[in-house]
Amino acid sequence: MRETTALLQIKNLRKHYGAVEVLKGVDLSLNKSEVVSIIGSSGSGKTTLLRCVNLLEEFQQGDIILDGEIIGYQSATGGERHRLKDRELSRQRSMTGMVFQSFNLFPHLDAAGNVMLGLRKVRGMGKAEAREIAEKWLDRVGLLPRRDNFPSQLSGGQQQRVAIARALAMNPKLVLLDEITSALDPELVQEVLMTVKSIADDGATLLLVTHEMRFARDVSSRVVFMEQGRIVEDDTPEEIFNRPKNERLASFLKSTRN
Amino acid sequence: MDAFLNQLWIARWPLVDGLLTTLQISLAAIVIGTIIGVLVGVQLTYGSFVSRIPFRLYVEIMRGTPVLVSVLAAFYIPSVMGLSLTAKMAGILALSFFAGAHIAELTRGSLQSIPVGQIEAGRSIGLTFRQIVVNVLFPQALRSALPPWINTGVELIKGSSLLSLIGVAELLLNTQEVIGRNFMAIQFYVFSGCIYLVINIALDQAARTFDRR
Repeated sequence: MRETTALLQIKNLRKHYGAVEVLKGVDLSLNKSEVVSIIGSSGSGKTTLLRCVNLLEEFQQGDIILDGEIIGYQSATGGERHRLKDRELSRQRSMTGMVFQSFNLFPHLDAAGNVMLGLRKVRGMGKAEAREIAEKWLDRVGLLPRRDNFPSQLSGGQQQRVAIARALAMNPKLVLLDEITSALDPELVQEVLMTVKSIADDGATLLLVTHEMRFARDVSSRVVFMEQGRIVEDDTPEEIFNRPKNERLASFLKSTRN
Repeated sequence: MDAFLNQLWIARWPLVDGLLTTLQISLAAIVIGTIIGVLVGVQLTYGSFVSRIPFRLYVEIMRGTPVLVSVLAAFYIPSVMGLSLTAKMAGILALSFFAGAHIAELTRGSLQSIPVGQIEAGRSIGLTFRQIVVNVLFPQALRSALPPWINTGVELIKGSSLLSLIGVAELLLNTQEVIGRNFMAIQFYVFSGCIYLVINIALDQAARTFDRR
């Protein structure tokens, strides 16, 4: 198998904040249309890993290869590494979509405006074309009737669905979902998870960090367990949840059932 | 009272001219000051530690010294260096730098009050930093910056009266000249004071209206 068949390849990724090592050599690869959930206790580096892939964080060692292109750094293999210029980083970021725990919708734009901004400024579309695509995606997440509402007029679940539409409208190769239901009231979690499920069923490639174990089991093609900056186990949901090989994973799963 | 109204009628044109000059100077200073202030404010907020130093220095010096000192400096220093500025240009220069420092600080304050998540959301959809500043940060900063920005305008209108000391024929200097002819000091100082007051209350009211929205 050639290396380039994976859509995303993370090789020996290391990151530290000062003396604190957050990622201690992470290897992970994702094929197209795969849905991979990262689970693990807080502080294990899950979110940091996702943020590195979206180039929101710098990292000190290792490569991230997205669709055959080394991202974030110039000459990452051997020799000196240079963080790429803002313009180049922006182009690479637009290949991935990110949905955040705290939604981060733009409060001064309505739902359609939130989805349209990237289409207009990054993809260079005209207003009519951008609006058409924005409305298609708002419809896809069930919020077309709310297109003129501002974020402050939407519930948390609706805001998160707009955020999903905003990410997906850019037609990213890979969508990163960072604990997207953690900030939601319990009764709003389901509508967001249903939206993600339907997008996964449509063949989107998803890498998600989640605390919703049932959802991870339900939607994922693979589940990855992280512990203290390392990937400890990487397997099918059945194996991870029914036959955990690692002791830490077993006790983690036990603790989440309470 | 009749005597005052009579003198006021005689003095109407110098006073109108003075008022127009005051407004013109203030307007020029707020426009130039806003350009300086926004550029410096963005640097202060997002620049690296080293690149912030000169801008920080500028802001601290302007905020830490009396406006009159800047006015006198702008009037005398260029002429020593062989540049010929009119008193009015020197005055506008000084007031613009004064306004620039204040607007830089309020720009920084407004930008810093925007959650980091907004920048990250902009990055995640592939906007460049410049696009984020223009499309995401400025529209949000505008709301909180508008009321203090109008206050800076009020400060400028009041501060423009200092230019009377370097001979700019604005409202205060023209009032003084009128008084020099008719010796009705109290009446005409109160009258000019009221004009400043009316303009500034109107601006203040506008600021409040924006604040409520």
